[in-house]
Amino acid sequence: MEIDYRKDEELEKLLKELKEIKQNDYEFHDNLKPVYTTGTGLNRSTVEEISEIKKEPEWMRRLRLKALEIFQSKPVPTWGPDLSGIDWENTSYYNRPDERRVNDWNEVPDQIKQTFQKLGIPEIEQKYLAGSVAQYDSEGVYHNLKKVWEDKGVVFMDLDSAVQKYPDLVKEYYCKAVPVTDNKFAALNGAVWSGGSFLYVPKGVQIDMPLQTYFRMNGEATGQFEHTIVIADEGSKVHYIEGCTAPRYDRDSLHSAIVEIYVKKNAKARYTSVQNWSKSVYNMPTKRAWVDEHAQMEWVGGSLGSKVTMLYPSSYLRGAYATASNLNIALAGAGTYKDTGAKALHFAPYTSSRIVAKSISIEDGKAVYRGLLRVNKGAINSKSKVQCDALLINDESSSFTYPHDEIYEPTATFSHEASVGKIGTEELTYLRSRGLSEDEASSMIVLGFLDDVMREIPMEFAVEMNRLIKLEMSKYGAVG
Amino acid sequence: MSVLEIKNLYARVEDKELINDLSLTVRGGEIHALMGPNGAGKSTLGYVLMGHPNYTVTSGSIRIDGKELVGTTPEERAKNGLFLAFQNPVAVQGVKLSTFLRTAYNQVHPNEKMSIQDFYDRVKLHMKRVGLEESFISRSVNDGFSGGERKRFEILQMIILRPKIVVLDEIDSGLDVDALKMVSEEIKEYYSQDVGFLIITHYQRILKNIEPQFVHVMMNGKMIMEGSNDISLKIEEQGYDWIRGA
Repeated sequence: MEIDYRKDEELEKLLKELKEIKQNDYEFHDNLKPVYTTGTGLNRSTVEEISEIKKEPEWMRRLRLKALEIFQSKPVPTWGPDLSGIDWENTSYYNRPDERRVNDWNEVPDQIKQTFQKLGIPEIEQKYLAGSVAQYDSEGVYHNLKKVWEDKGVVFMDLDSAVQKYPDLVKEYYCKAVPVTDNKFAALNGAVWSGGSFLYVPKGVQIDMPLQTYFRMNGEATGQFEHTIVIADEGSKVHYIEGCTAPRYDRDSLHSAIVEIYVKKNAKARYTSVQNWSKSVYNMPTKRAWVDEHAQMEWVGGSLGSKVTMLYPSSYLRGAYATASNLNIALAGAGTYKDTGAKALHFAPYTSSRIVAKSISIEDGKAVYRGLLRVNKGAINSKSKVQCDALLINDESSSFTYPHDEIYEPTATFSHEASVGKIGTEELTYLRSRGLSEDEASSMIVLGFLDDVMREIPMEFAVEMNRLIKLEMSKYGAVG
Repeated sequence: MSVLEIKNLYARVEDKELINDLSLTVRGGEIHALMGPNGAGKSTLGYVLMGHPNYTVTSGSIRIDGKELVGTTPEERAKNGLFLAFQNPVAVQGVKLSTFLRTAYNQVHPNEKMSIQDFYDRVKLHMKRVGLEESFISRSVNDGFSGGERKRFEILQMIILRPKIVVLDEIDSGLDVDALKMVSEEIKEYYSQDVGFLIITHYQRILKNIEPQFVHVMMNGKMIMEGSNDISLKIEEQGYDWIRGA
């Protein structure tokens, strides 16, 4: 077997560069007062106020109010993590950081610009991206798309701007894959959504560089409720990336997003997200893709941080030969409850899905895999493969697996694999006896555990994940 | 030239005293063999030297070139030039040989700049010499390796990391005659006036290939006899009773 020297060398170089940046914590915060806020609490007038300030069309205002009713009628789910800590009354649902949305970093207000610079966003955009959107609290503050793609008809901007500029296109897709009736948090998003991205890739357009949206939450006890829509029209190809961070506060914040992805016939979409929320964030997004005939959907997710995360990206395989893959890495640090997984629903013949979920629990961190596999009658010869691996770092770490299968088609084939491992003193000592520090040894074991997933994901993402995991591991002293 | 000095060492696991007033000096260019019946404390000594966290040193000292190692971490000891070839090396799933060797090398020799290409060329050359197929470089450390392959990999690590003091804990067990010959050749090739060896073994056969200048016999955590390679021959023929009786 040949070694890919170039890749190894590149990785080593990147890791070294990243170390030098010494961006060793995302948990800083800016003392920035929003230019507009709806204050705390949520009622009909809050929703009307948000719609008013955004000067939205009537149809959107009505959808928001309907969503609010649904939100109010649905109970807080109790089948998973404890959500009783969410302080609905004292959360601030809408915070506008600035009046303007610009497409030049120089025009972004200094303090906000500095934050994004600290996070390395403008640099990454320049090097690796075809387009970029940056959101700060409730609103997108910056968006830019390289001209070559704009000329080909690609649309990439924050959803608010898209509602104004492309209302018909937005209306056609908004809340179709994720109706606001889906769950309490989707309904909440429907009522108070703000920001998020709108990405439309026309027929046959294949974008070779990724497009990225970066979400930064700055306020304490605030909510971020972006709504993202990605449409990969027939025969197109796109890779969309999301990154998210937030400072750590004493009072908890709430993040409840909706992501809808439409992969049309013969199209290929990849959605990559790196979530690195601080330990004071409840992260409750709803993400779903509709995958048509011969289309391919890939979910790649890294979920580090947050207090509670409930996240199950879903693929609705609607056309024959549609495929979905879901690679997910969840890291549950001290005090964190990660309830994550994936759903694959096979509605058409010859569809296939593959789910690989890896979780790491540190100290009293708890990682749960919760998955749904459904194969409808008539989805003949569909295939699915699910693999869940857990790694426990400490004695008090825990991991649980709850797969749920509903198979109504006798010709379908599916398999489940699960494993649980633990970092032991013998392995650590062996690596340390060769000169590796305890941190290096344990992160090497952790990265080794993730290796098969890391191999399949884009390199920039692998490097970023590598670094974040090492950073997260180094926060915990003695491991093993 | 390096020197390992163990002086009046006492060590235990939980409440059990396993090393009992042990002293030993190994200088660069010297080959020492350590023999003794099962349970004498030979492997324990290896672990204690390497700083395994399950073993506690209660008194005494372990020095390399005057630097005290008692109380330091295993990685600190590796950086000071100590190497232990484990009797039963553990598998570390997912950690690739290539990454592991490269990281360890960079830790132990932080000032040496060797390109990745040159580094792997060197690794491959020595893999061939110890009898490991090149494909092993992409495999996980010791994962699914046979007993013999694990021993060969220990020797490969020794060659790559270039330690000053080498402790080989039953490197000969699990190796067939040909493999033992191959491994012995690599050890001899590595041997120089700068490197001191402590070879822990039950058998004389490895000591035929690599002839020690000193043979020590350990029992109940103590050194009870020291002498030339003649001792190993006598042990091979008569066992340990003659020493017990002495």
